[in-house]
Amino acid sequence: MSTTSSNESRSRGKAPAGERVADWADGRLGIYSLAKANMRKIFPDHWSFMLGEVCMYSFLIIILTGVYLTLFFHPSMNEVVYHGSYVPLQGQLMSEAFNSTLHISFDVRGGLLIRQIHHWAALIFLGGMFVHMMRVFFTGAFRKPREVNWLFGFLLFVLGMFTGFTGYSLPDDLLSGTGVRFMEGAILSVPVVGTYLSFFLFGGQFPGGDFVARFYSIHILLLPGIMLGLMVGHLILVFYHKHTQFAGPGKTNNNVVGMPLLPVYMAKAGGFFFLVFGVIAAIAALFSVNPIWAMGPYRPDQVSTGAQPDWYMGFAEGLIRAMPGWEINFWGHTLILGVFIPLVMFGVVLMMIALYPFVESWVTGDKSEHHILDRPRNAPTRTAFGVAWITIYMVGLIGGGNDLFATHFHLSLNAVTWFVRIAFFAGPVLAFVITKRICLGLQRRDRDKVLHGRETGIIKRLPHGEFIEVHEPLSQEQLHTLTAHEQYQPAEIGPTVDENGVERKVKGSEKLRAKLSNAYYGEDSQIPKPSVEEYKEITSGHGHH
Amino acid sequence: MSSQDIPEENLPAEQAAHEGAHGAVSVADEKNPFADPGLPPHEHRIQDVDERAARRSERTVALLFTVSMLAAVAFIASYVAIPKDKAIYVFPLGHISALNFALGLTLGLALFCIGAGAVHWARTLMSDVEVADERHAIAADPDTRAKVHADFKLGAQESQLGRRKLIRTTMLGALTLVPLSGIVLLRDLGPLPGDKLRHTLWAKGKRLVNMNTNLPLRPEDVAVGSLTFAMPDGLKETDEDFQTEIAKAALMIVRLQPDNIKDKRELDWSHQGVVAYSKICTHVGCPISLYEQQTHHVLCPCHQSTFDLSDGARVIFGPAGHALPQLRIGVDSEGYLQALGDFEEPVGPAFWERG
Repeated sequence: MSTTSSNESRSRGKAPAGERVADWADGRLGIYSLAKANMRKIFPDHWSFMLGEVCMYSFLIIILTGVYLTLFFHPSMNEVVYHGSYVPLQGQLMSEAFNSTLHISFDVRGGLLIRQIHHWAALIFLGGMFVHMMRVFFTGAFRKPREVNWLFGFLLFVLGMFTGFTGYSLPDDLLSGTGVRFMEGAILSVPVVGTYLSFFLFGGQFPGGDFVARFYSIHILLLPGIMLGLMVGHLILVFYHKHTQFAGPGKTNNNVVGMPLLPVYMAKAGGFFFLVFGVIAAIAALFSVNPIWAMGPYRPDQVSTGAQPDWYMGFAEGLIRAMPGWEINFWGHTLILGVFIPLVMFGVVLMMIALYPFVESWVTGDKSEHHILDRPRNAPTRTAFGVAWITIYMVGLIGGGNDLFATHFHLSLNAVTWFVRIAFFAGPVLAFVITKRICLGLQRRDRDKVLHGRETGIIKRLPHGEFIEVHEPLSQEQLHTLTAHEQYQPAEIGPTVDENGVERKVKGSEKLRAKLSNAYYGEDSQIPKPSVEEYKEITSGHGHH
Repeated sequence: MSSQDIPEENLPAEQAAHEGAHGAVSVADEKNPFADPGLPPHEHRIQDVDERAARRSERTVALLFTVSMLAAVAFIASYVAIPKDKAIYVFPLGHISALNFALGLTLGLALFCIGAGAVHWARTLMSDVEVADERHAIAADPDTRAKVHADFKLGAQESQLGRRKLIRTTMLGALTLVPLSGIVLLRDLGPLPGDKLRHTLWAKGKRLVNMNTNLPLRPEDVAVGSLTFAMPDGLKETDEDFQTEIAKAALMIVRLQPDNIKDKRELDWSHQGVVAYSKICTHVGCPISLYEQQTHHVLCPCHQSTFDLSDGARVIFGPAGHALPQLRIGVDSEGYLQALGDFEEPVGPAFWERG
């Protein structure tokens, strides 16, 4: 009681207004204990940690501009005659969706800018998530305790693709309508239920009069609502786990080294929001994106050449373009493998990267927490897998633009398609082998640097005439940084006969794991890091060589 | 799935404990040249030691914030002053909307300068001393774990859910059935497919109307080497279901030399070398629109399926799974091209029930 009254008397006194507001809020929301844990929270610094920020800020920009666009957009497929200020389309029949998008682009001042910021920010959001995901993958930041956050991020990426797709389909222009038709064809290929799914999604036959309104509620409410929740969860987990850091002097698995949230990261991260927004606004001022007036309203019997989806759908597009048209007819039914296999592969390729952390943790059997990031070279098999995955993705992207590659580089379209068909299988294997070699080479160089020092480029002639290059020993900071990484030993299948001579059965999964573990950490898959003894033996006495 | 069959000493944490290389932070350990030397000493920036440099930084930040304010004013001025239909030439972008250009650049500048100012302030004036925070294990300590498990058991016991099987079974039943009503509600999202995908507007006696001129076509209107698009007589752009009908009925007409037609049925269904095929690709439904006169190949611009119109429109390249459906045509008493029935097979992309 006495503390309350003294608090009150103090707040009636000369306490500054901000402090009094904070006291008021703390009495009701308990903000002080929250701030105690977080206000001076330490964040480590590295350029790659800002990739996730790019995603978060572009997502916020998309929400802000999206709300503005909903004020003018009419999600309706009713046909109207255009009477707006874009002369070439005057008098044309078009859906209200297309009509209102023209209105936003030509008759709302700044409407075109907001539309273009919205679209550019979406492209950057998806690109940012892809690169951010790769950063997390190649540095092993997905390891325990961050597997759940990896999945949150993965879901954000996948949902982002579908939010983007439903979004660019809304204006009901010729290009996006073609994309929607493609999606309908893909849904039709699903065995047994495909036709029903398509009729339920489109309210009947394609295109019908419903899909714009339905995509609208999916695009502005359902998917972004889920994504907002996931993003908040993602951030809460980043705060809770504390950020990872690269190895270095003073940085251990048990601490986090960097600068405090207040003031440095508030200023840097807050400022970065404005930098991202500013750059996207400038891009939207200079570069036109999705000029729907040049494409015209959608008609299912018309199409333009060079029809491309937005980049994040290009991978799926490539799969569908490269696949041979296999169709199996039996008992009055059709199995459309030519479309259904690419549809399944789209999911399979994405799931491969999503589930990878669980595979790796099963192979290593490691149950400890990891807060120090790996340099990609120090995890050659993982890095090689990641590069192989990117190769599949990029081959798909090339396939999605096979017509553009053919016309721009004067190649045969059929040859480009055949290249994609072969590269889809050969590319990842090649990339895996090459990447692993490069990683091992880099590990060897690190080992040499630790044991023999840095090459200075200075050539010395010894009294007896021999020329040697002077190597400069590394500082303790550098020695520590280059040897701080962990190295696993390949798991072996334990003794198959126990002390009483009873043979135990070796499970198939155990054999598989031993095999994988050997592929990961066997002799050919990592260069042993220099030991203290090796270092001492080389550096003691007989100088450099 | 457990780690028990992997010997503990294979895990890095164990090895590190053996070598003593990665455990506690040991500053300048004589025995271990790889030991963590600890955080390097803080290096002062010029702003930390020279007040004049710090004041320069302050002025730079203030300048950036001022430029932002000016740009925001310029944004409002552009909004008011520039007419929305004015185009300007900007090298190398070409003719672009003056309003969009001015609004975007001023807004971009106003935002960017706030960001640049804040970051410059943080980098040059705010403390850049690196601090280390401790991490704590995410998993709870054994006591907490035991307490939670005990609490849960107690709560579960008090609920009597395990003992009262009748309650448990009926509750699960109720919770399973209730969501069904939500699923049932989705039934009216669309009608059942029925045979809607099997039929188009084409029927015996329907004339072929040129899509460009809206006039019925005569065989002599179709020149060799040209590609003509047609729709069924009576379908109008203003019809409510125009889009849905044209999505199935769109037709592609070419004239071939009758002796160039390799497929016998194609020849039978043509009229004096004029053949009519569905325009909708059998892959995923794009309209086919590229015609190669010499080879009589048509190409879908979406996914590059290629069909040979002189050979029953069979697929010769690309992802399409079957030939384009042909429409049987003839001429009516007045000499106009007419359909002799609907397509014999469904047009457009294949589906499960197509068969």
